Amino acid sequence: MMRITAPELEIAVLVLGMVILMVEAFMTKIDKRILAFAAIAGLAMVFLASFFVAPFPSQNQATGFWSFYSADRLSIFFKQFALVTTIFVLIMMIDYAPVVRSSFPGSQDGLGEFFALPVFTCAGLMYLVSAIDFVFIFVSLELVTISFYVLVSFTRRNPVTLEAGAKYLILSALSTAFIVYGIAWIFGVTGQTNLQRIAEALGNPITDRSAALLGMVFVLVALGFKIAAVPFQIWVPDVYQGAPTPVTAYLSVGSKAAGFVVLLRVLQTFATLPQVQRLIVLIALLTLIYGNLAALPQTNLKRLLAYSSIAHAGYLLIGVVCFDEQAVSFYLVAYLLMTLLSFAVLTIVAQQTGEEISDFDGLGKRSPFLAFAMLIGMLSLAGLPFTAGFLGKFFIFYAAISQRQVTLIAVGVIAVGCGFYYYLKVVRAMYWPAPTASYGIGSGESGDRIDTIPVNGLSRLALSALIVATIWLGIYPQPILDALKNL
Amino acid sequence: MVLFVIFCPIVAAILILVGAPARKTALVASALMFAAALFLLGSFGYGQRDFQHVISFTISPDWQLSFTTGVDGLSLIMVLLATIVTLAAVWFAGAIEKYENAFYACLLFISGGAIGAFASIDLFFFYAFHELALVPTFLLIGIWGTGNRVAAAWKITIYLAIGSFILLLGLILLYQSVPPGSRSFDIRALQAAASMELISADAQRHIYLLLLIGFGILVSLFPFHSWAPEAYASAPASAAMLHAGVLKKFGLYGLLRLAIPLLPEGARHWSNLLVILLLGNIIYIGLVTIAQKRLDWLLGYSSVMHMGYIFLGIASAGILGVTGAAVLMFAHGLSIALLFGMAGEVRQRTGTLVFDELGGLARVMPFAGLAFGFGVFAAIGLPGFANFAGEIMIFFGAFKHGWTMDSFHTFQIATVLALWGVVISTVYMLRAYRKTFMGTMRDQWKGLFDLRPALRVPVTLLVGALVCCGFFPQAFVRLVAPAFGTYLSAQR
Repeated sequence: MMRITAPELEIAVLVLGMVILMVEAFMTKIDKRILAFAAIAGLAMVFLASFFVAPFPSQNQATGFWSFYSADRLSIFFKQFALVTTIFVLIMMIDYAPVVRSSFPGSQDGLGEFFALPVFTCAGLMYLVSAIDFVFIFVSLELVTISFYVLVSFTRRNPVTLEAGAKYLILSALSTAFIVYGIAWIFGVTGQTNLQRIAEALGNPITDRSAALLGMVFVLVALGFKIAAVPFQIWVPDVYQGAPTPVTAYLSVGSKAAGFVVLLRVLQTFATLPQVQRLIVLIALLTLIYGNLAALPQTNLKRLLAYSSIAHAGYLLIGVVCFDEQAVSFYLVAYLLMTLLSFAVLTIVAQQTGEEISDFDGLGKRSPFLAFAMLIGMLSLAGLPFTAGFLGKFFIFYAAISQRQVTLIAVGVIAVGCGFYYYLKVVRAMYWPAPTASYGIGSGESGDRIDTIPVNGLSRLALSALIVATIWLGIYPQPILDALKNL
Repeated sequence: MVLFVIFCPIVAAILILVGAPARKTALVASALMFAAALFLLGSFGYGQRDFQHVISFTISPDWQLSFTTGVDGLSLIMVLLATIVTLAAVWFAGAIEKYENAFYACLLFISGGAIGAFASIDLFFFYAFHELALVPTFLLIGIWGTGNRVAAAWKITIYLAIGSFILLLGLILLYQSVPPGSRSFDIRALQAAASMELISADAQRHIYLLLLIGFGILVSLFPFHSWAPEAYASAPASAAMLHAGVLKKFGLYGLLRLAIPLLPEGARHWSNLLVILLLGNIIYIGLVTIAQKRLDWLLGYSSVMHMGYIFLGIASAGILGVTGAAVLMFAHGLSIALLFGMAGEVRQRTGTLVFDELGGLARVMPFAGLAFGFGVFAAIGLPGFANFAGEIMIFFGAFKHGWTMDSFHTFQIATVLALWGVVISTVYMLRAYRKTFMGTMRDQWKGLFDLRPALRVPVTLLVGALVCCGFFPQAFVRLVAPAFGTYLSAQR
């Protein structure tokens, strides 16, 4: 049997991206959506191939390439995670294509890049989860971020999108400056950039720990920006709301998951510094409180999902505090399913009516399938049993209880209560009788919006797959638990 | 057969959502469930304390998590209660104006969730099934409710969500309190661990407090009760019947199932707190109930108040009181379902439940008046109804707890105060009956008509079950008592 090594996966993805760009450049006559299908097919093949990669833990004495690239189980798992995310994002992008088309002068201009860029982002994410050296972390982080600069402001005729793009560019550049500065401090103190060797150097009593801590805090700022943790979350609502919806989903899932993997790796290095855990507890508390409270009054669904993404970063940080990689990884898988599900429905519905929660009024009657998909997404985000989201929360709080993190748990209870309110708000809009009736605008059923929303076959398939996976993992989580064993 | 009872309503609900005729499917499904529950009752091996009809599917060997169902005496009577009330609630529902399919599907989901919780031997599914009922309740009150439905729906949903989450934390702590080698979600394994005293006294106190607050919110224990009256007043009659009659019993069932066998030290430690809270239920809420001016609010508050007796039985931690609590759970479920069903019929005809606007309805609705009267007498605890059997066992059990010849202790005083609750409930129940069905009738109600003849079936079923259990409580005691015998006989 042919042996595949982990780096070949990224190379395959990069080659795929370049081929798509070449085809886009030279074959101007074709329907650009073919490129998206090609990208999906290519990524699916890489995904299948990834199961034949034998993971091996990084050696301490490794040199050259293997001193900054790890192919352990965690990284393979999250490479697959990035591939799946990208595939679903591309499917959403096909649905979103009319919007992109309408914002460009030519009929098909720009679509090719729109489909090719996520492939490069995917390669960046795959590198990022394997990175065990600060220099490599920085390089792959930039690969991800720069492709996101373009994607976020892609429909640039829309002023809101342009604003989102500018905000993302500036704040992201700032966070990049922080991580470089932090790496410089850490390198200055320890003389190393490899995470394991930094950990060894920190164990050495002659190392200046307070200076290393300072560097660590700077790195934490940049990672906090990636995972949307308070107080580095200011960009999230505006950028999420302004960016094209599939890109928002990608930011919310892919970028965040990779950020958490890096955070876990970096924190393991600095676990010997006692201040670090306290700092993360504080950030987790702030993130939980801010994300949930700020989500309560939202009326725009996309903005609501932005705040919910902050709130979920809070839950994930509880897992990070407890250093429970299994719980964090499972939560991320659940988060992938339910977030992509919600964004996929939003992408389709928003083109017909809009992004406000009130635009979902009566969706249960108009489009039962879309409403059901959204229902499952929302219930899973709220954490109801028999969905993946519940088990995610279960494992996170299991870890928190076994470590007796009483403050985090107490705040978590309030957060879960808030979550029920703002997720069920969407459910209410879809299934309760339209509230407009009581204001006398339309009497009885809202008669003006009874047209069903068309869903193409591929999206229907993707939505069904996400629904089934969400419920299946909520009842039978063992496959993922097996994959996450002995990380 | 247990699996059939659990999944019959869920499958029927899905069928209805897909497009099967709503009312017919729901009726057939609930009748089948009832028959299956009767079959379980018939084939039940009396006097055994083990779970019977056990079926198990492994979910996660690492976590010792499996989908295990089965019934013992206690869960069997809860399943029986759930099927009876489901049948009655579906029958009472009648024709629904809008989204009929969704209405019946929600009812069946609540029922399936409750039965699943009662018949689960695995803690994880015990919890998960109960949560299944949360969103259907939200939709039922929100879409088909009356009055202040929006506020009521949010209140009950968020209250119960927080309550169940606190409960979940308690359950996780319970799971972790056992040494790693013998951790399991299986209640039987936990019982074995508890009997080897693997759960430390300190852990028991923490877990019991969490469970008491979590279950307490779900059952409307005194300071956490404010969701209940409003929700039941706004909910459509069938939803109130199912929720107050069946789903709310989940919390009490949980305390009986977990706290009594697993956490005796925790129960002892917090018994004074529990006694104070339950007296809040009986005395304070009882007085609040007297002050109510609407029938639906009165019934809602009365259902909160009666929880106090059941808590008293649980707090007494003796075989007599605990068995009485189980019997009263069964009885209260039936009687409150009957009362809410009748109140719903009255509201459907008159459009109001304010006492000052009602009166004398028994003249035009004789059968409804009779049925409501049966419900009232049962709720008061008149001998001959199941409630009496339960209450008297609870009072004797509680009085006997810690009884010495020379002085009264906490439980004796509590029992004396709780007996006053009987007087209080007599006052408000009879008042409700008089204001609604007796006295002078307004002219505007002259054209009202009595219950549909078909509705006599569920009414007869509910009253029959109440009377049966009232005259032959021993049949139920023989079912329930073995489930507790081994834990309670020693510590009397």
